[in-house]
Amino acid sequence: MEPVFFTLQDFFTFSKGITYVLMGIALVAMVAMWNFLVGRDEKHWPE
Amino acid sequence: MSEEATAANQSVFNPFNIVAGVIVLIGIVLTVLRFTGGLGAITNLSNNNPWGIWISFDLLCGVALAAGGYTTSAACYLFGMKKYHSAVRPAILTAFLGYALVVLALHYDVGRPWRLPYPILYQQGTTSVLFEVGLCVFLYLNVLLIEYSPAALEWLGLNTVRKIVVKLTLVLTIFGVILSTMHQSSLGALFLIAPSKVHPLWYSTYLPVFFFISSIFAGLSMVIFESTLSHHYFHDKMDKTHLAESSHVTFGFAKAACWIMAGYFTMKVFDLSMDNDWHYLGTSYGIWYLAELLGFVALPCFLYAVGVRDKNIKLIKWTAFWTVLGIIVNRFNVSLVAFNWQLPSSERYFPHWMEIGITVFLITVFVIVFRFIVRRMPIFYEHPDYKGSH
Repeated sequence: MEPVFFTLQDFFTFSKGITYVLMGIALVAMVAMWNFLVGRDEKHWPE
Repeated sequence: MSEEATAANQSVFNPFNIVAGVIVLIGIVLTVLRFTGGLGAITNLSNNNPWGIWISFDLLCGVALAAGGYTTSAACYLFGMKKYHSAVRPAILTAFLGYALVVLALHYDVGRPWRLPYPILYQQGTTSVLFEVGLCVFLYLNVLLIEYSPAALEWLGLNTVRKIVVKLTLVLTIFGVILSTMHQSSLGALFLIAPSKVHPLWYSTYLPVFFFISSIFAGLSMVIFESTLSHHYFHDKMDKTHLAESSHVTFGFAKAACWIMAGYFTMKVFDLSMDNDWHYLGTSYGIWYLAELLGFVALPCFLYAVGVRDKNIKLIKWTAFWTVLGIIVNRFNVSLVAFNWQLPSSERYFPHWMEIGITVFLITVFVIVFRFIVRRMPIFYEHPDYKGSH
């Protein structure tokens, strides 16, 4: 059900609140995605 | 292949020529009808729906899928990834023909096509997004023509002119990237003027950013897709360098496309959240939106990653095809499916068969010209007289 907002501040508190949580998830997911993508690449840096 | 079969394929009446010939003949008839009877004679366009399939497919999809030109040349000449050099000429040729057909298709779609040069030469509407699109496409088509021309000049043996053009490569690449950034995003910006007409799930103030970013992975996927078809049909025209670098191009472009698609998907979810459009997801439009986002962005992104990890070239090639299809779905969604979504179904637009006929005709012209050029000019191989001079 669509939440009811009485002020613009209410709207942004709601939408930004969710977006910030999603951004946190995305930051972790992007690192995981990168590791998945290049995980089997040959390493070129010196040991 | 037996000698008779080879002879049949080389004959003028081979299956490709017959099918292409029939389509071209029908296309010519439809063209005559369009330019003698006007738009109303062969289209379902109306005041409510002035942009139809010719804009959705021929222009929006055509421009997005031609993005392989600037992505490949930028990777090779600006980012120094010389291992992709053999992919530059096919990508530039595809882009050049793609943009040429976009302009040709516009002649069908615009009511008075002889006025197409007006915004450039006669009356500049500098505050219009459409003016910017027109100017960029006009300039970029010329840039692509010059970028493609060394292949034609080598074929014609015009060495002096070729030398001058080759020296312009870096400048043209930079110019091409700037122009592409501008007009790829502006095509999305065209829809910002209609917030009440585009469905909220597809409408976003970030539409220009979405159009630009999606054009990058569309271009990369199109290069892989075009390379797959070319390897099948023009294998004999490819030299050892092209064949050797082919897998580098496929894996490198798949990795890049995967990473960009992951970013695009993330931004689309953020946009959904910032506009608080979650409640639309339960509607029929929402299900179709999820099908696009999950089926044509998240899924190919994951499949590209699996393909790169497992070095599975077949999976990557199928994923490239699926991504190209996904871009077509996205552009159709923004410009047709989600456009005028509040109108009753009786007033919604569905293309007339003759509109589809013109689009098929234009794609066929693209294939014929592409085939003509790669069979004669050094696109998939280095001209023996110019080896190592690129």
